[in-house]
Amino acid sequence: MTRLIRFTVNGLAHEVEVPTSRTLLDCLRNDLGLTGSKEGCGVGVCGACTVLLDGRMISSCIALAVFADGHDVTTVEGLAEDERLHPVQQAFVDAGGFQCGICTPGQVVSAKALLDENPHPSDDEIREWMAGNLCRCTGYYKILESIRTAADRSRA
Amino acid sequence: MNGFDYRVPRTVDEALAILREYGEDARVIAGGTALVTMLRQRLVRPACLVSLRDVQGLDRIEAANGALRVGALVTHRQAETSPLVRERIPVLAETFRRVATVRIRHMATLGGALAHADPNQDPPVTLLALGARVQVSGAGGQRELAMDEFFRDYYESALEPGEIITGVTVPVPPAGSGAAFVKFLPRTADDYATVAVAAIVTSDGDRCRDARIALGSVGVTPLRGRAAEALLSGERFSQGLAEAAGEAVKGEVDPLSDHRGSAGYKRDMAAVMVRRALTQAWEAARRP
Repeated sequence: MTRLIRFTVNGLAHEVEVPTSRTLLDCLRNDLGLTGSKEGCGVGVCGACTVLLDGRMISSCIALAVFADGHDVTTVEGLAEDERLHPVQQAFVDAGGFQCGICTPGQVVSAKALLDENPHPSDDEIREWMAGNLCRCTGYYKILESIRTAADRSRA
Repeated sequence: MNGFDYRVPRTVDEALAILREYGEDARVIAGGTALVTMLRQRLVRPACLVSLRDVQGLDRIEAANGALRVGALVTHRQAETSPLVRERIPVLAETFRRVATVRIRHMATLGGALAHADPNQDPPVTLLALGARVQVSGAGGQRELAMDEFFRDYYESALEPGEIITGVTVPVPPAGSGAAFVKFLPRTADDYATVAVAAIVTSDGDRCRDARIALGSVGVTPLRGRAAEALLSGERFSQGLAEAAGEAVKGEVDPLSDHRGSAGYKRDMAAVMVRRALTQAWEAARRP
């Protein structure tokens, strides 16, 4: 069974016929070719598939694509403007906030969502917010530092 | 995942009509955190998913008659950050704050958490201690169930096929009350609890006029620690009494052994967590 969904992804309108059982993650990756979001655990725990639905971060691996009908999705591909990285992405580069990189799209999208809601979080607030994004290289200090860097720069 | 029809009603009545049409082959979906995972694992194979995501009016939190009315589509994050919940029933906001991660709390709804009837979830524990009531709509009209009679068995609630949870009424604890929610998490911060306890005590000077204790993850449903409550009622509060209440709970819980601990270990930890919750709740009750 399929359903036609209309939604905005990174500011562009899309119309896609999807099986009702398709996850939002599979729709983004396979129907729209946006492979930045990754499938890690597939049960909403690891954060590699984090995207924003109407500005709120969710796990796209346990959201159905049909949930996005009529809504607005932001993925990691929507953060940079042309060649200019989003300030959160630039901070991850400058502070070395990634190692192998597979969790990075989820980390960056989650960090952007945090700073959108709370532009100058305390370290504890960063830790609590980011607790759902796992990094198996265990580079957590650098990730924390990257987010702190992005927040500090926005103050300047 | 198997294929299914996906319907998006705009009102509770429309949703009920679709449920009647499909009978037991339909499942209600809202946030999807539990159900999509079960669909992916092929634990459920519905012919139709009835989405409540576009049903209007179920996402509000309102104060009424010394209670809060929380709509079934209110997300965990909404309940956690609501100024009304934080001010009137802070232990409820704190309980939602302790569930999984911010990302999951953006998705998971209050109604979904109840309908899923997973004994390892946190909000049902605190709602049970608070004496909340669940509003349900079905073909025969509306009914209201006390939390004490809502959970029946492992992943089984008193909801009948064709019924939908529309909201929960949570009484604000009386003046002189203090409350605490504690969660034992030996593995990770976003895990299900090994033992979770909510306690609400109402003080009368240095005596405990009334105590309500509920526990999660230590039985096939969330459960009340009634023997422990009876020990406390009308007594002068002390550390010794809190400890005795913890011991009394050991006879009331019936935990399953799993990777979060053996049954014996969970029973022992239930006593410890009850003592801690009561101590915290009493301190809060005595705070001027």
